[in-house]
Amino acid sequence: MLNQLHKSVPELEEICRTLRLDILAMIRAAGSGHPGGSLSSVEILTALYFGIMKIDPQEPCQIDRDRFILSKGHIAPALYAVLAERGFFPREVLNTLRKLGSPMQGHPNMAHCTGLDCSSGSLGQGLSVASGLALAARLRGASYRTYCLMGDGELQEGQIWEAAMSAAHYGLDNLCGIVDYNGVQLDGTTKDIMNIDPVADKWRAFNWNVICCDGHDLTALLSAFQAAASCKGMPSVIIANCVKGKGVSFMENQAAWHGQCPNDAQYQQAIAEIEQRRL
Amino acid sequence: MNTKPARDGFGEGLLALCQERADVVVLDADVSKSTRTNWIGDRFPKQFFNMGISEQDMVGTASGLALGGMVPFVATYGVFLSGRAWDQIRTTVCYNNLPVKFGGAHAGISVGPDGATHQALEDIAITRVLPNMTVLAPCDAEEVRKATIAAAACPGPVYIRFGREPVPVITDEKSPFEIGKAVWLKTGSDVAIIACGAMVYQALQAADQLAKESIHATVVNLHTIKPMDRDSVIRAASTCGCVVTAEEHQIAGGMGSAVAETLAAACPVPIEFVGIHDSFGESGQPDELMEKYGLSAAVIISASKRALQRKQNAAT
Repeated sequence: MLNQLHKSVPELEEICRTLRLDILAMIRAAGSGHPGGSLSSVEILTALYFGIMKIDPQEPCQIDRDRFILSKGHIAPALYAVLAERGFFPREVLNTLRKLGSPMQGHPNMAHCTGLDCSSGSLGQGLSVASGLALAARLRGASYRTYCLMGDGELQEGQIWEAAMSAAHYGLDNLCGIVDYNGVQLDGTTKDIMNIDPVADKWRAFNWNVICCDGHDLTALLSAFQAAASCKGMPSVIIANCVKGKGVSFMENQAAWHGQCPNDAQYQQAIAEIEQRRL
Repeated sequence: MNTKPARDGFGEGLLALCQERADVVVLDADVSKSTRTNWIGDRFPKQFFNMGISEQDMVGTASGLALGGMVPFVATYGVFLSGRAWDQIRTTVCYNNLPVKFGGAHAGISVGPDGATHQALEDIAITRVLPNMTVLAPCDAEEVRKATIAAAACPGPVYIRFGREPVPVITDEKSPFEIGKAVWLKTGSDVAIIACGAMVYQALQAADQLAKESIHATVVNLHTIKPMDRDSVIRAASTCGCVVTAEEHQIAGGMGSAVAETLAAACPVPIEFVGIHDSFGESGQPDELMEKYGLSAAVIISASKRALQRKQNAAT
């Protein structure tokens, strides 16, 4: 089984730029989708899939592989892009996002797409699933770790806190949650719609090991995941400070870009901005 | 006749499974004494997880356990299991076709004094509409035991509903039980009574009474509501020319509706429905409630006579 790929941070940053271009191209081709949260989570997914998770695209169902649950299923384009980049399926498939018969369903469907560890789309459910996977690892004596990416708006779902309670109760230290803490949800900012703060204190109060870091700094993310892995006796959560729509100036921090497809001019400008950073 | 709470069969089935299989795990939401999963907690503590009062997390955790190679049984009152966690059952369990098994305890109005909040009268309707789901309503404790064991061998999700109160044990170890295969308990040619759960015994009582009036009923125990045993149901309807369905559940969407969906397309005969008529239950003794809400042999008898009359009217 392949382990961490030993890529340098500049190499990982280059992957992030590629993923951002892929995400925008996919959503543009589909005519709909969720660019804001997808762009927000790019570094988190890159750190996991290229730096942290023990996975093998040649053996996607390996029983001891690390698991990833995308609880915020609407950022499927970001997950598909990273899976393609990692070699789970050909990049050409990305262009079929949201089209009839495509493995790239609007929200992830594990029955259709290689490399998915669970289907998702109804918010609030992923952390419970990740807990169950972590519990199964303990029961079977398996060494895999389970990761679960949640949106910060998603923390408004009550089930997240049920899962936070039970994962801590059962001391699931092989479980690592990540909150994409970008402060923006579909209808506006989390502060205006339904305040979730203080986020870190809430997880601490639920007996989780809490690690806060810059969600776009790959070095910080990699060390956060390593710190999580070395914490014993309790689950860990990484509060990743992110910018919704990261990398495209007019999408950044804008609720309007939660789930909207750019027009031609907007798309060209977005691509140009990302390409520019490559230089 | 020997009576026994159907839920005891669930506990016995789980004990048998846990004895044999290390991959079976049992989760409960703080009602383990009621569902009998405390028997697993006592005997096989490593295979038992109390998730506290959090049905949604319990179902999600069970999904993860299933993804990790385990065969989880989750149990709580049927009303909270099927209702409170319906989206979790739909989108995480059924959409992924995971082998999560649901023990819907305290099903039906016979829960009694706890009243309407605790009486699951909609669970068949809301579980049978889910793709990939198997829905079982066994007739007595022994059949619940068999259904529990059979559910573990089933590749996808299975919902088993069973009641709280002692009900007559009308099957034994040797009685046939196969998921998806209805059991013919009596064969007559005047009216087919198709029943599930505790109403199977009432159907047999009704058939005995009807026989005294020279009305000969077929009685079918339709313990599997989904997938429907179409052959049996169509054969019963075509043999008798009219049908009565009987269930401890809302008429809307329940077992009778499932039978009607099948027969409307394949063998349209008069059907009379015995069940709850679009109302909530209330507190009371189980037998009082069954009587008041029309879940008795007497009501099946009058429904049978109505069905028979409609059949005869159609013939003339």
